[in-house]
Amino acid sequence: MGLQRRSFLKLLGATGLTLAIGETTHASSPNIEEDAEFNGILYDSTRCVGCRTCEYECATAHQLPEPSDKIAAVRKTDETCNTVVNTFQTEKGEVYVKRQCMHCNEPACAAACLTKAMHKTKSGPVTWDGDKCMGCRYCMVSCPFDSPKFEYHSANPKIQKCDMCAERMKTEKSPACVFNCPNDALKYGKRRDLIKEARRRIYEKPELYVDHIYGEHEAGGTGWLYLSPVPFEQLGMNTSLQQSSYPELTKGFLYSVPSVFVLVPTLLLGIHQATKNNHLNQEEEDEK
Amino acid sequence: MKNNTQTLNLPNDQSTWRFLLSEMKPRGKFLTPFNIISIPIILLGLGLIIIRFIKGIGSITNLTQDTPWGLWIGFDVVTGVAFAGGAYVITFMVYILNLKNYHSIVRVTVLNGFLAYVFYAGALLLDLGRPWHVINPVIGNSFGTSSVLFLVAWHFLLYMVAELIEFSPAIAEWLGAKRARKILSGMTLAAVIFGITLSTLHQSGLGALFLMAKGKIHPLWYSEFIPIMFFVSSTFAGLSMVIFEGSISHKVFSDQISEKNHHAQNGIIHKLSKICAGAMFAYFFLQLLVFIHEQHWGLLTTGMGYWYLLEMIGFVLIPMILFIISYRTFNITLTRVAAVMTMIGVILNRLNVAVIGFKWEMAIRYVPSWMEFIVTLAVIFTEIWIFRWVITRMPVLRDSPSWVNKNE
Repeated sequence: MGLQRRSFLKLLGATGLTLAIGETTHASSPNIEEDAEFNGILYDSTRCVGCRTCEYECATAHQLPEPSDKIAAVRKTDETCNTVVNTFQTEKGEVYVKRQCMHCNEPACAAACLTKAMHKTKSGPVTWDGDKCMGCRYCMVSCPFDSPKFEYHSANPKIQKCDMCAERMKTEKSPACVFNCPNDALKYGKRRDLIKEARRRIYEKPELYVDHIYGEHEAGGTGWLYLSPVPFEQLGMNTSLQQSSYPELTKGFLYSVPSVFVLVPTLLLGIHQATKNNHLNQEEEDEK
Repeated sequence: MKNNTQTLNLPNDQSTWRFLLSEMKPRGKFLTPFNIISIPIILLGLGLIIIRFIKGIGSITNLTQDTPWGLWIGFDVVTGVAFAGGAYVITFMVYILNLKNYHSIVRVTVLNGFLAYVFYAGALLLDLGRPWHVINPVIGNSFGTSSVLFLVAWHFLLYMVAELIEFSPAIAEWLGAKRARKILSGMTLAAVIFGITLSTLHQSGLGALFLMAKGKIHPLWYSEFIPIMFFVSSTFAGLSMVIFEGSISHKVFSDQISEKNHHAQNGIIHKLSKICAGAMFAYFFLQLLVFIHEQHWGLLTTGMGYWYLLEMIGFVLIPMILFIISYRTFNITLTRVAAVMTMIGVILNRLNVAVIGFKWEMAIRYVPSWMEFIVTLAVIFTEIWIFRWVITRMPVLRDSPSWVNKNE
């Protein structure tokens, strides 16, 4: 509930529009579905064979150009492709890693967005709404995984990133990449269940995995969870991320806004009253 | 200067329009060096802006997926707003502390601040990918209230209104609207208090924007205290701008300024140098505390470390000392040198946080394209054109018309 209280206070402070109060409280009330849980995807890199089927299926599902056959050393997602599978040479041989938006539990991009175009849906995916986005790219500045990508060469640019097939999920049971993975490297489900499943796999084959589920705590927890045979820094994953969520970083500042709005004007008015007759003294001094 | 402005007493609409039309016409010499330089750049900038709206932002900027914010945000918006901070500092001194000595520079400073917000926040529109949605956070049902940028956007908007109210008596005097002037000048104190509060929050808010970029900004510039740093440095950034702009205005528009105010100017600059030095001392001390607290000694011997030392010593500590020396020796020229150095320091600081220190480890760094520079210059020149137009027509530097009650 902290988030709603903060939003409410800030709205009040920032706009001073008392009309908005009713609307905000109203918006926060239909929160009865407390048992709604985030969905996520578990990626097991020991099962991934690097076939890149997910890349092709993702491009088809999102009407993006077909991925190129030429594979650079380490590729990044960009505005034309929402996911890439990279190959890393490690002490345990070749390891493949799929990358895409991580769908954080408390996404920095959604907290950064001033129009709520970036939005964490109740079921888990972080989606982008083109009718709201104004293209400021603050989501890109804020995202610790650099997931949102911007179409710089378009007059009507969009933000591109994995949306966990939010549209497709209305008719299908799982995202395109999960559905088409030939080797069961991807598993879709409730995030809580996926963590249990990941723990079970580590417990049953401790020699196969490092004892770490990437995404369980990183950036306050993410929708995508990773299992790996080698430490994650060897797979180009950022392991220096903070364990708490990124929106926490601006919380203190935003909390201070209402108090500044009450205290500073009062203080200023007080000083003004106290110094009101200063110029009279000054004139007296001038006369001396 | 112009008698018709003073006798015009809100007559029928037709002559008001005629008066406005006559005021639109350019005055003075046309082929000045400033015009010769600025006109081609403004036209070129306009051309580039058209290309940008047809082919996308990437067609004229070097922005990448890794550096989504470049010169237009880092310099135009983040630095430009810091320099506009003079307005809230000077209105604080004049209307809140009642230091009437500074009254002669209030209007020009507020005008400067107002235009800075209009143009630099306006430059933001060029950087928005989907600018037609810019009203979304203002109207409609998409209030992103958890966003620092939402706060900053609203504050820009409200602060522009506050500054317009603060400046509006000058417009009323220009139009000869006596009644309107009385009402508008009655709103000044409220607008000032509101404006200072807004400034406190959005000057620091511009810094708070970068709090979530933890790990992406070089640790020498990133700390949880960025908002406080941005706020404290906006005071002396704004005052340095006042000194700089005042020194130029008093040369260029010397025909506008009364003998009395002309003499007062040097006294004002002299006193401002002391205030700058004090604010810079506080800022430098804060930076030092943060540096010691974060224990980044090892980073000092890296390239970015030398760059940090150059900013902190070369463009904060040294100008601060110069301000102190110039205050003690009544050396106005030295004050101006210190003001320019301070401004360079603020530009460096804002760019270091927003652009240079952002993703500093990348193999391919963002360097602004020449076209980004041209558009930035075009924005600045257009602002100066409008500034000049207002100065030569409204009682900004010159005294108010005789019908204004002097005791207000």
